[in-house]
Amino acid sequence: MRSFPAAVKTISEEEALPNALPPLRDLVACPQCDTLHNAARLPQGARAHCKRCGIRLITENRTAFAQVVSLALTAFVMMLAAVSFPFLELNVAGHHNSISVLQAITAFNDGIALLLAFAVAGFIVLLPLLRLSAIIYAIGPLARGQAPRRGAKTAFGLAEALQPWSMAEIFIVGVTVALIKVAGIATVTTGPAFWAFSGLVLVTILKDQLICRFSIWQALE
Amino acid sequence: MTSGLMTAREAGLIACVRCGLLHEKKIHECTRCGAYLESRDATSIQRVWALLFAGMITFVPANVLPMLKTNTLVEHSESTIIGGVFELIHHGSIGIAAIVFIASILIPVGKFIAIAYLAISVQRKSTLNQHQRHKLYEVVEFIGRWSMIDVFVVAILSALVQLDTIASINPGVAAFSFALSVIFTILSAQSFDARLIWDTDRTAHAK
Ligand SMILES: [Zn+2]
Ligand SMILES: [Zn+2]
Repeated sequence: MRSFPAAVKTISEEEALPNALPPLRDLVACPQCDTLHNAARLPQGARAHCKRCGIRLITENRTAFAQVVSLALTAFVMMLAAVSFPFLELNVAGHHNSISVLQAITAFNDGIALLLAFAVAGFIVLLPLLRLSAIIYAIGPLARGQAPRRGAKTAFGLAEALQPWSMAEIFIVGVTVALIKVAGIATVTTGPAFWAFSGLVLVTILKDQLICRFSIWQALE
Repeated sequence: MTSGLMTAREAGLIACVRCGLLHEKKIHECTRCGAYLESRDATSIQRVWALLFAGMITFVPANVLPMLKTNTLVEHSESTIIGGVFELIHHGSIGIAAIVFIASILIPVGKFIAIAYLAISVQRKSTLNQHQRHKLYEVVEFIGRWSMIDVFVVAILSALVQLDTIASINPGVAAFSFALSVIFTILSAQSFDARLIWDTDRTAHAK
């Protein structure tokens, strides 16, 4: 059994009578099973899970905004390094081929390869960069205790929608598989960008762990 | 056990799935985040099926047509997804063969079955295994993106192995239709409104 912080209560039938409901702003509904919870006044550091389906509803952490923004900035810089430095180097029979992610994307010229290159570039570079920018734009002012920027809601909505399509971590596993596939015919060494990319994956996972949608939407209001 | 719980719908409210805020029934746009409000996504199951079929149809050429075209000094060869797995086994990379097989065959097929099962059980208003079905939905949502591994492998190999006459690798049509299949299936899983799983819960416990 999970343990639930005492402050998160579900709403019972007696309370749900028309006049007895707590103010709507104190309630939160689980997005995945619609169960009502009373979310008023959670203590700092509390993690609230849905009482029925168990998903994480709220993490009350007032320092998280600043951490999310600094991790997003770090990830952004690492991404720029990851696309421009040499990523992999291939050596076979005196021939030598060193590629950066940018070169890899622009090297294709025929039909299918080009489409594939666009898709890969989108999933591993463009969408992650767009998502990071949206997060920095939307949460940046909140981290400094300022009022949200214009369009901050749109930006954060975009960041949320892009999450499943940012596939940097899957790309890293793909690289590992590719390295082993060519190991038989050539020597492949990893360049600095490979490590920048791996670091970027870790930073992104850490950042996404810290994002509490409920608190951010509340603060953006 | 769950009889003490009450849903937003039962309380006569509509919840925003994006930010969690509750609204009166007559409101159609979230006052906090601006998302469109619907007590239950009415077209959810239709979209799930349509996108699932699109995913299944594009999965066929992805497996029949070549994924990789390899040119070396001595030979020209084309390999399918499953052919690539056998090649890896042949070279002794059992672990990597397993990763590719799981990501490219087992996960996509498992996803098709899981999504179809979730949609059918909701259409039949099943009251069984709600917790397990919800877990299954979470697993499907989490794992679906990982099928992209093989597409990335093909992209990396074709960028890396371009050594004029000695060896070159190029992507085949299957790489593209496989990517499409994964995208359709992710969209299908996203269209599923998980709240539908739980809607039969209350009646199940009350009677
Ligand atoms: Zn729930
Ligand atoms: Zn909302």
